Order: sequence, then C-alpha cells, then structure tokens
Amino acid sequence: MSPDALPPALASRRRRPVRSLSPRTWILVLSLATAALIVTFMTIGLSGNLGYVLPLRATKVASMLLVAYAVGISTVLFQTVTGNRILTPSIMGFDALYILLQTFLAFTIGTQALLTMGAGTRFIMEVVLMVGFSWLLYRWLFIGGGKSLHLVLLIGIIFGTLFRGISSLLQRLIDPSEFVVLQDLFFASFNNVEASLLGVAALAILAASAAGWRIRNRFDVLSLGRETSLSLGVDHKGTVTQVLVICSVLVAVSTALVGPITFFGLLVASLAYQLSAVFRHAYVLPIAVLLGAIALLGGQLILERVFGFDTALSIVIEFVGGIVFIALLLKGSIK
Amino acid sequence: MITATPPAEAGSATARRRFPALHAVLAVLAVVALSVASLFIGVSDVSPAALLSDSDDGTAGRILLISRIPRTLAILLTGMAVGVAGLILQLMARNKFVEPSTVGTVESAMLGILVVTVLVPAAPLLAKMGVAAVFAVAGTALFLLVLRRIPLRNTLIVPLVGIMLGGIIGAVTTFCAYRFDLLQSLNSWMIGDFSGVIAGRYEFLWLVGALTAAGYFAADRFTVAGMGSEFTTNLGLNYRAVMSLGLVIVSLISAVVVVTVGAVPFLGLVVPNLVSILIGDNVRRSVPWVALLGAGLVLLCDVLGRLIRFPYEIPVGTVLSVVGAAGFLYLLLRSRRRVA
Repeated sequence: MSPDALPPALASRRRRPVRSLSPRTWILVLSLATAALIVTFMTIGLSGNLGYVLPLRATKVASMLLVAYAVGISTVLFQTVTGNRILTPSIMGFDALYILLQTFLAFTIGTQALLTMGAGTRFIMEVVLMVGFSWLLYRWLFIGGGKSLHLVLLIGIIFGTLFRGISSLLQRLIDPSEFVVLQDLFFASFNNVEASLLGVAALAILAASAAGWRIRNRFDVLSLGRETSLSLGVDHKGTVTQVLVICSVLVAVSTALVGPITFFGLLVASLAYQLSAVFRHAYVLPIAVLLGAIALLGGQLILERVFGFDTALSIVIEFVGGIVFIALLLKGSIK
Repeated sequence: MITATPPAEAGSATARRRFPALHAVLAVLAVVALSVASLFIGVSDVSPAALLSDSDDGTAGRILLISRIPRTLAILLTGMAVGVAGLILQLMARNKFVEPSTVGTVESAMLGILVVTVLVPAAPLLAKMGVAAVFAVAGTALFLLVLRRIPLRNTLIVPLVGIMLGGIIGAVTTFCAYRFDLLQSLNSWMIGDFSGVIAGRYEFLWLVGALTAAGYFAADRFTVAGMGSEFTTNLGLNYRAVMSLGLVIVSLISAVVVVTVGAVPFLGLVVPNLVSILIGDNVRRSVPWVALLGAGLVLLCDVLGRLIRFPYEIPVGTVLSVVGAAGFLYLLLRSRRRVA
C-alpha cells in the first residue's frame, strides 16, 4: 500500500503549517542548510596539520549525523506507535540507565580498565544491555495496552530515578580521582567519540533502518490508531513490536555513542510536525533527521566558535527541551 | 473544572478504618526502640555495658553526647518535617503524587546553595540557608503557578509537570556545578546523609521541628486553600496568606534539610500516602501520624544503611531513593488498578 493510496481520513489530518512551504520544499531547504553547515564545520578556522584535523572533524560530523538520524527516526516512530506527541524513548529512563551502566562498570572494574577495555567491547555491551532493558519496559508498558500515557511517562521517569539512586550510591563509594574520569562519561559529547565506534554504530543503525524500510508502508496507517489500523488489515501488535525493537536499537546506539540527550528527540519531533504540512512519515521522518543535524551541527559550531565551550551542548538541549516539554503540557498537547 | 479524585481519597473500606489507640502506642514504641538502637549502632563501641563499666574513661559517653544523640535527633526531626512538608504540599496542590523533591523545591534550594557557594564562598551557614530558602520559595511558587495554567488537571499530569520543572532547574544547577568543578559537592547535597551530623552541626533542624508544629496547627487551612481562591475566601480565610504560609513552611523545611543533611527523596510522597491509606484523610488526625511514620522510616533506612555494609555507611538518601522509588511505583500501579 503506497502512501498515495491512503484513506481520505489520513489526508485530511492536516496540521497548520508554520509557513506555506510544501513539505518537499522544506526537505530541500533543510538539506541545503545541513550541507552548508557540514562544509562550514569542516573548513572553519582550518589550520595546522590537515591530515590530523580533517579526520578529527569528519568523525565529529559523522557522529552528529548518526545521532541526528537515530534520534529523529526513533522519536517519530515511537510517537507514532504510542499514539502521542510527547513521549520519547529517552524520557523513559534511558539516560539514567546509561549512567548506571557506566558507574557500575567503573565501580566493578575501575575507570582505568573501563577506558582501556576496548571501545568496541564496551559499546556492544552497553547496546545489548540497553536494548534488553528498553525492550522489556516497552513491551510491558505498551503491548499490555490500556495504560494511560501519563502513567507510562511517570513510570519511565521513576525507573530513571531508581537507576540514578543506585548510581549515586556507587559514585559515593568511588574515590574522587576516579570520579573525575567518570563524570566525563556522563555528558553527551561529540569530542571523544571513537572513530572505530562509528563503524559499529553505523552498522547497527543500517540494520535497524533496513528492518524499518521493510514495514515503511505501515507507519502512516499505524498513526491512525489501533482500531483503524486493525480494520485496514495491519497486524498491529506485530508491527508495533517491530517498531519498538527498531527504536530500542536506535536509541541505544545514539546514547552509547555520545551519552544521554534526553530532550533532543522531543525538540526535533515537535518542530518536524510543525513544519510538515501533512502528517506523513515520508515527510516527517526526513525533516526530523535534517532538523536534528542542523541543531547539532549549528549548536556545536556556535558553542565551540562563539563561546569556546566543549561539552555543554547536551545541557543546553536539556534546558531548552525541558521548557518545550512543559509548554506542550500547558498547551494541552498531551491528553 | 473537573479534578480527578486522587485514588487514595476514593474512600475505600481500608481508608475508613479507624486505628485504635493501641496502634498508636505500638508505633510510638517502635520508633522509640529504633531510636535506642540507632544510639548504639556504630563503629566505636557505645553500648549500655561500655557506658556503665568501671574501666570506661568517659569516651563512650562523649561519643554518645557528641555524635549519637545529635544524629538520632537529626533523623527524627528530618523525618517528621519532610513527611509533613510533603503532606502540606499535597494539600496545596490538591494532588497526592507531589512532594518537595518532585516539584522543584529541593532542586531550587540546591541551586540557591550553589549560587551562594560560587559567589560568596565564605558565607556562613545561616546565609546559605537563607538564600536556599528564597530559591526554594521561588521554585515552589513557580510550580504552583504553572499548575494553575494546566488546562487538564489530570492526577498524573501534576507530578509530571513538577518532575520536569525540577529537571530543568536541576539542569541549570548541574551546568553551573560542572563549570565550577563543584559536581562532587553537589552530589553531597543531592543525597541525604546523617554521617556528618555531630553536636553543633544539626541544631538548625530544631527550626524545622518548629515549622512542623506550625504545619500541624495550620493543617486544615491548607486543605481549604487547595480548593481554590474563591472557595477559601468564601470561608473567610485569606487565600494569599494561607498559600504564602504553606509555601514558606515547605520551602524552609526543604532548604534547611538540604543544607544540613542533603535531600531526602520520596519521603514526603510515600509517608502521607501510607497514612492516608491507613487512617484516611482527616488532616488534623493524619499530621501526627505522618510525623511519626516519617521519623520511623528515616530511622529505619538510616539504621539499614549503617548495617548493610558495616563498618561502612550507605547514605540514607540512597536507601530512601530506592525504597521511595519502589514505593512510588507501587502507589502508581495500585491507583491504576483501583481507577480501572
């Protein structure tokens, strides 16, 4: 079933566009902006040993693009299957789990061993654990059905609190010099991404994308809700399960790659819905990814070049995203 | 305006059951027993035998006076006050799922301490508390303002907004702490811990005890104020004055507790709900119970924290965050069953 053959009910689900640009034009404009930012990022203030600087910058750009892709796609799909515009995978306790894992590893084997154990091993371990956790949580929360959105959100947040409680206990028992090493792992940063990790991350994302591509035609139907998609002949439970697994992989990859950025997905997805005049995944997904890339590249550029900060991007995103969240609640977008 | 009835208020058979005086006596005895146990648990040997033996040169007695008794008193005062602060906030917000550490009060107090520490590192403790209290009042007031503007006052959306607000304030605090290399000291305010409490370092908590008493006498006014401005005025009460009083009590308690022992998470949430389930929602009757159970729960968690990895200590805040998060999850899932 191609998107053009969708029932009129979907076509009529028009959102008020911010400007009168068509979604296709938006995608073009945003792509150009992203390309321009990539070029700027690679070339601005270029000096010194190019053979050293350029690969370093390329790694940063590549990791930002991967994160933008993973976060954008996973948030929009997650919101589609959960039928809401405010829940995101990260709000469901992912960042806290990441910190707990890092702390637990640092506590049991020491930061020295943690840093030298090989980025690949650590990465795979983290991804497997996080996919496992999120899979259990989502399954319990969503497949059972009948649970209110607010309840799900609160439970996710309380799980996060529980993880943080255990983390802080372990942090108490670590000596201060180890803690200094550990705290660097707590903040999302595009400066210390291992080049070797990028390959692994890209592969995982590629696999998840391939799985998603196979069921891409069902996304729009899913957004009509469970009843409608069932009557349109979609295996609802099976599809939702697949989408949730894809989300788990994408979020785990991005978190393990750069660390937790809880509200990034919420920001990007909310804006993407605003920009695309028609709610159709063929438009919303690319717009969300491009917006994410622009936010990361642009934000990092401004912070690095204008303010001379290194790792503050994630905290800025948290701050802005938290305010957007409350604004959405106040607007009554969440019912 | 339709407000969903918080589940525990939905008068079930258990909620109406009256507790006989016997239970009160038993509860008091349990807290007294825990307090006595708390006096004699620790690394140095302080036991009744050591205190009375002839060979003792007075060391045991001094430890008892300087460390153990202040610590136990601090625990009792904190437990009482934080429980009652949670109850008052729940009455003002008319929601059973909020407490100072989930609506931004505690986070605001921490931000206040951080600001003072960065700007005036040499400021005396009292000044730090003052600034923390001012920040806490501002943060709590912000929450109540946001709350009033929420179109749909769903039972669960209120704590959500509070937690997010606390998250935003926490992000600012973390950001500053990171820039100024204060992350680890921030950590020590984030987790309540009584191990540093000795004579001379806990006395401000008596203030918190006084505030708890004030909360008791004004308790039913907060119930009225929770019904809204017009309702309160109709009953001849000054709405603004009552709300301000509640704000100040809750914020001061939070600020003083954060400055002296650190945050005590979820206590103000779990204890009032527990009391509501056990004896119902008559506020006058429940305040003493909240105080008693609050003190008992903190004592129990502190004693546990001291025993789990003896001779090392696990901070009470950590034990409470695990116990409290589990308790909160239970309350959420329980309310769902009953609503459904």
